[in-house]
Amino acid sequence: MKVLVTAKRVVDYNVNVRVNSDNTGIDLNNVKMSVNPFDEIAIEEAVRLREAGTAEEVIVVSVGQSNCQEQIRTALALGADRGILVETDAETQPLGVAKCIAALIEKEAPGLIITGKQAIDDDFSQTGQMIAALAGLSQATFASEVVIEDGKANVTREIDGGLETITVSLPAVVTTDLRLNEPRYASLPNIMKAKKKQIDTYTPEDLGVDMAPRLTTLKVEPPEGRQAGVIVETVEELVDKLKNEAKVIS
Amino acid sequence: MTSLVVADHDNGSIKPATLVTVAAATAIGGDIHILVAGSGSAGAADAAASVAGVSRVLHADNEVFGHNLAENLAALVVELAGDYSHILTSTTTTGKNFLPRVAALLDVAQISDVSGVISEDTFTRPIYAGNAIATVQSSDPIKVISVRGTAFDGVAAEGGTATVHAVAHATDAGLSSWLKDEIVKLERPELTAAQVIISGGRGMQSGDNFVILESVADKLGAAVGASRAAVDAGFAPNDMQVGQTGKIVAPELYIAVGISGAIQHLAGMKDSKVIVAINKDEDAPIFQVADYGLVADLFNAVPEFDKLLEG
Repeated sequence: MKVLVTAKRVVDYNVNVRVNSDNTGIDLNNVKMSVNPFDEIAIEEAVRLREAGTAEEVIVVSVGQSNCQEQIRTALALGADRGILVETDAETQPLGVAKCIAALIEKEAPGLIITGKQAIDDDFSQTGQMIAALAGLSQATFASEVVIEDGKANVTREIDGGLETITVSLPAVVTTDLRLNEPRYASLPNIMKAKKKQIDTYTPEDLGVDMAPRLTTLKVEPPEGRQAGVIVETVEELVDKLKNEAKVIS
Repeated sequence: MTSLVVADHDNGSIKPATLVTVAAATAIGGDIHILVAGSGSAGAADAAASVAGVSRVLHADNEVFGHNLAENLAALVVELAGDYSHILTSTTTTGKNFLPRVAALLDVAQISDVSGVISEDTFTRPIYAGNAIATVQSSDPIKVISVRGTAFDGVAAEGGTATVHAVAHATDAGLSSWLKDEIVKLERPELTAAQVIISGGRGMQSGDNFVILESVADKLGAAVGASRAAVDAGFAPNDMQVGQTGKIVAPELYIAVGISGAIQHLAGMKDSKVIVAINKDEDAPIFQVADYGLVADLFNAVPEFDKLLEG
C-alpha cells in the first residue's frame, strides 16, 4: 500500500506573526518557514505504517511555489520515500489544493491519504475533507488513533466532549489531531539521504486543475487589542474585585 | 435569498452553537431554514421550529444520519443546496467534519470560522491563531460558511413558529460506519457553554493537582479547561484544551492558573469578558491580557481563593 501525505509550507509555529504595513497580509520578510505541524504528524504516522510493514511507500506532496521543495526535503528526511511538488504561484486555497491532490490520487492510487487537520496559517481546516469528497473517498478527521486491518481503518476521532471510533473503507483520507503521535527529529544521516531522494514536479495545468482563488482577501488587520488590567496584591483583593468591581461572581 | 443552517444537535435538543449560527444567518439577511438530520430526532426538530427567526425546518430522520457520518450528511446537504444562497453550520467538530465536503462537492470555497458578517458575500475570520483578522469576499454562487461559536450572541431558542417539513433523501454512502463513542460524562458545564472557566497550564505540575481547580469550579459552577502545554504534558485530556487547536471560548469569567499565555492559548480565550491570571512569573504574557493579575504561587493562591469563595 502506498500512503500519500501532505506538507504545507507555513510560517513556523514559534514566529510571532505581524500584519504587514499595507494591510494585505502577514509580513513574511525574513520569517522562518516550516512544515505545518499537523502535517508533520501525518508524515510521522505514514512513516510508522511503513516501518510496521503496513505500507510500502510514503509519498509526500506539497502545493505552492518552488521553495516548497524545502518542506518536501524535510519530509523526506523524516522518512518519506519520494516527493511531489505541484508548483504554482497562485494563492493556495483549500479547494484548488484539494483538486491537485485528488488528481494525484488518480495517478498514484494510494491506499491511504493522511493530511494535517488544519494549517496553522489560514486555519481553514478543509483540505483533507475536500480531497475525500473530490476523490469519492471516505474520511476520518481529527484522528488520535489509526488501526489498519482487512482493507479498513478503525479511526478514533477527537470530537466535542470526547472520542468517537469509526470504521472507514480504504482508500480513505485521515486528518491528524495532536495526540496521534509525536513526530521524530530528522537525523543528520537522514537529512543527507533525503537530498538524493526523488522529487517530481507538476503544474496544476498538467493535472488539469484550475487554481483560480474563489475567495479574495480584501484586507488583513491586527485583532482588537486587549488592555492589560491591574495587578492585585492578595487573593482577598482579587475576590473583592471580582465580586464588587467586575461583578462576575457573587 | 435564503440561508440553510445545518443544526448541531443531539437528536433531543439543539446545541447552543446552532443559535449562534442562526444569529449569523440573521445578520446576512433573508429567510432562514434549519436542517435537522438525525435518527430519532423529532425532539431536535421541534426545538429547531421554535428558534427565533426561522421560517422552516427540514427534518431528515433516518438511521444513516444517526452518527453524523460526514459522507451521508454532506450528500444530503448537497441534495438540498440548490434552493439556497448560503449554507451555514457551527464550527464544532461535527460542522468542521462534513462542511468542507459539501463545499467541494458544490465546487465552491468554504469560509471557515466566520467571526463577522460585513455583507452577504463578505465576512471576517481570524487567521494565524487569531493574530490577524482577514476580511474575505466570496465570488461563488453559494456561500458555504462555518460560524465561530463565540462570535455572535445566539438568537432566542423560543418564540419562533417555523413549520416542520420531512425530507425523504437518505442514502448510505457505504464508505464509513460508526463503532463507538467515549463521551466524557461531565459533572460540570461544557467548556463552550460555560459562563465561568478555570483553566490550568504547565504550572499545575501534574494531573492530580487539577483537583484544586475542580474544587473552585464546583463553587462557581465553572467548567475546567487546560492549555495545550498541560495537555501535551499529560495533565489533562485533549477535549479540555482551550486554544487555537482546541476549544474557542468566551465566558463571562476566565481564570488562567499557571498558564504562561502562549499566543495559541490566547487565541482560544481572549474574547472572554473578564480574564484573571494567577502565575508566579510576573513576566508571563498572560498578564498582558488579564483584567486582574495575581503574581503568586498557585498552590497557595488557588486554595486560598477556594476558601474565600466558601465564606
